[in-house]
Amino acid sequence: MNLEIIIQAIISGLSIGFVYALVSLGLTLIWGTMEIINFAHGDFLMLSMYGSFWFFTLFGIDPLISLPLVFLISFIFGVLVYKGVIKTILNRQMLSQVLATYGLGMVFQALALFFWSPNYRLIRGNFLKGTFRLGNISIGIPQFVTSVICIVAILALFYFLDKTKIGRAIKATTLNKDAAALVGINIEFIFTLVLGLGIALVGMAGSLLSNFYYIYPQVGALFGTLAYVVVAIGGFGSVQGALMGGLLLGLITSLTGVLINPAFKYAAAFLVYLIVVLIKPTGLKGW
Amino acid sequence: MKTISIDNENKRNNFLIPFLLLLSLIVLPLFIKHAYFMHVMIMVFIYAIVAEAWNILGGYTGQISLGNAMFFGVGAYTSSILLINFKVNPWLGLMLGGICAVILAILVGFPVFRLRSHYFVIATLAAGEIIMAVFLNWNYVKGATGLELPLMEDSLKGMTFSYNKNGFYYIGLGMLTILVTLVYLLTKSKLGYYFKTIKEDEDAARSIGINTTAYKLVAISMTAFFTAIAGSVYAQYLLYIDPAMVFPTSLSVKFVLIAALGGAGTVFGPVLGAFILIPISEMTRVFFGGGGQGIDLLFYGALIVFVALFKPDGLITLFQKNNK
Repeated sequence: MNLEIIIQAIISGLSIGFVYALVSLGLTLIWGTMEIINFAHGDFLMLSMYGSFWFFTLFGIDPLISLPLVFLISFIFGVLVYKGVIKTILNRQMLSQVLATYGLGMVFQALALFFWSPNYRLIRGNFLKGTFRLGNISIGIPQFVTSVICIVAILALFYFLDKTKIGRAIKATTLNKDAAALVGINIEFIFTLVLGLGIALVGMAGSLLSNFYYIYPQVGALFGTLAYVVVAIGGFGSVQGALMGGLLLGLITSLTGVLINPAFKYAAAFLVYLIVVLIKPTGLKGW
Repeated sequence: MKTISIDNENKRNNFLIPFLLLLSLIVLPLFIKHAYFMHVMIMVFIYAIVAEAWNILGGYTGQISLGNAMFFGVGAYTSSILLINFKVNPWLGLMLGGICAVILAILVGFPVFRLRSHYFVIATLAAGEIIMAVFLNWNYVKGATGLELPLMEDSLKGMTFSYNKNGFYYIGLGMLTILVTLVYLLTKSKLGYYFKTIKEDEDAARSIGINTTAYKLVAISMTAFFTAIAGSVYAQYLLYIDPAMVFPTSLSVKFVLIAALGGAGTVFGPVLGAFILIPISEMTRVFFGGGGQGIDLLFYGALIVFVALFKPDGLITLFQKNNK
């Protein structure tokens, strides 16, 4: 076991970690404002991956070019889902929220299965491919570009939440809904916006993943489960927590895969999560 | 004060209808001998048992677990391994599987019960995934290949019925009846009230001196035991198990969906949920066959969303019009 393999594992861990973080940021924003765990989150990821796939297959639009389109469509889709489903379950018990969002995810999976078959698909011949080398370490170009775009998106999101008026209104709503409403923030607007934004972020992650990842109707399950754990490890509602959690899980899965056994890479991530929350029951950055 | 009189009036009906239903289920195999119908009914009973078991911890105590398949799988694997490697009688294996599941429940529950609401949900999900990964990679239980159970001579003692499905039908129905009766008695007992208090307000429960962790451990032990024995019966019925059949998170979620669809926190809700969801998922799969991939899932998912939106307390509320 030499140093290069470990560095290689760290690099690939960080690169998938940024994707985990981007998926989880949407989830944690939705939780933070609406106090709903979106159990369809992974299935939104799946839909956006198919979106990029069909843009490429039918119209020859590279996933990199269709990225803004997928982002926008996901946003609109998120707004529609808010109006159609989420709005009704806002003040319900957690169990009924689990039921509604999980059922929604099942519907998405069923539609994907019905229209697009259970076959695995892969985008071939797209712009991003190949690897480059730094000394003895090789880095996949799609993974590298994905990480860069993820970092830019995450920084832009942090800027939006910290510096713009609407972003600060979202933060205020996260901290205290009633007080935010009292100072004149339109809660209904914020909720709609956050659900749109949350789904747009996961849509962006799906669009990026479609450059190098297999696409099939159940692809969301693993990413969804990891995202719940990322959000819980970081602390529900915390955006910094989701970023830290995403990178942590990326590193754990990658290092476990290389150093211990690939079969246990996800189990190791779940185990680390359990250890973290047993020490700090509200996650790294939660309250 | 009028609630008391309504209550008394309901009481007779409350016993009569379940009794008549039970009676008709007992005589049903005399009239319907169709093997596939019997198979669906056996699945209904098994899922009703696991949903009702989930209900003790989730519906009554308010601890929503998305990891209950680990108890189902441990039950299935314990009795199967004992039978294959040590020739242990399946009935004894079933009890030992239940005990193993209780031990697992306490090991998982003790630390995880410190967590609240959504953190608890995700922790049970993570624990379930870890247990599944262990079984997938454990050579002694043949990993992902799974276990094939030996076919023995037909007997009730050996829990083997290869010629007709009546044996498993009555075993399933019997276990379900026992469990539903126990849950009913639980709702009338002091223990049941402690559970409900924990669900309503855990801090208040603790402040009036209820040892909430201890009672939650009691609840998860009951849940684990009954989930595990259903797992054993499932393995003995199908004579084959692998980790993807008995451990996945999707199975854990299915238990919750059945209970919540019927009505979590009610005695008959989970049973009703199983009687609705299981035939739908079994029949649509057969009806649409390979051609309509996804149709069964679509129907299932849409029904769940619909119930969550319009009948959030479960379909059992359709039958409870005189309450409230």
